[in-house]
Amino acid sequence: MTPQRYCILALVALTASVGDSLLAVGAKQLGPISLNHPAALFIAISNPWIIGGILLLIGFFASYLTALSWADLTYVLPATSLGYIVTALLSKFWLHEQLSIWRWLGILFITAGVGFVTRGPALTEHGAVVDPLQAELLEAGRS
Amino acid sequence: MTSHTALPTTGLSTMNLSTAMMIASIVVTATAGDVLTASAMRSIGDLDVIRAQSGMKGAIFAVIGSPRFLAGVFCMAMSFFALLFALNHADLSLIAPASASLTFVSNAFAAKLFLKENVDRRRVLAAICVCIGVALLAH
Repeated sequence: MTPQRYCILALVALTASVGDSLLAVGAKQLGPISLNHPAALFIAISNPWIIGGILLLIGFFASYLTALSWADLTYVLPATSLGYIVTALLSKFWLHEQLSIWRWLGILFITAGVGFVTRGPALTEHGAVVDPLQAELLEAGRS
Repeated sequence: MTSHTALPTTGLSTMNLSTAMMIASIVVTATAGDVLTASAMRSIGDLDVIRAQSGMKGAIFAVIGSPRFLAGVFCMAMSFFALLFALNHADLSLIAPASASLTFVSNAFAAKLFLKENVDRRRVLAAICVCIGVALLAH
């Protein structure tokens, strides 16, 4: 793992959480949207907070795919769950929502999980097997 | 219980079962989406290298040209619609943490089974910690 790759993992966590928060702010500004008036959704897309949220979520998906191209799924998912903590902190300090003791405990558990997984190797070496899912399907086809 | 008030026209056991089924369908489709996407990215190779060789356009075409990636995105879309359907019938405070935390555990099993990842004690412990943490965040 290089510093650049740790930056990609941090980007996954940050873009997801900040993107969700921007969408939340934009959605609150718009108020309730009725399913009887779907055209209101197009107005939602013109809201700068919603636009910012969508752009960040596109950035999240791009960085998530990049991380999956060089790290295991069971490494990327816990390592990027720091985004849950960022969301909780943003909701407290930016959106001024209350964080209960349970939520702080949840943050502690997630931090511990991230700590466990990032101390290990990022990628499983498969040797000759290049594509494990294809190998699994071939094996199932033979039997 | 939140789910009991959400579906007042059915019996108690049916309500529990239907809520569990809704959560299960979110978890299964989300896990299928994650595993298929991860498998597609593994077969495509390191995106940083592809981008260095054939530019951003080449990297984008390499990703969206993969049928397995498209299948993964389809499953993710199914998971999103399953979540919307579930939120229409049960409370967010039950559906969101239950589906998010269970997906962490199911992903660990699926990654070991289908992607042949080395899900050692450390990764199992990490998945369980994150699973508990996500559930607690909903309080």
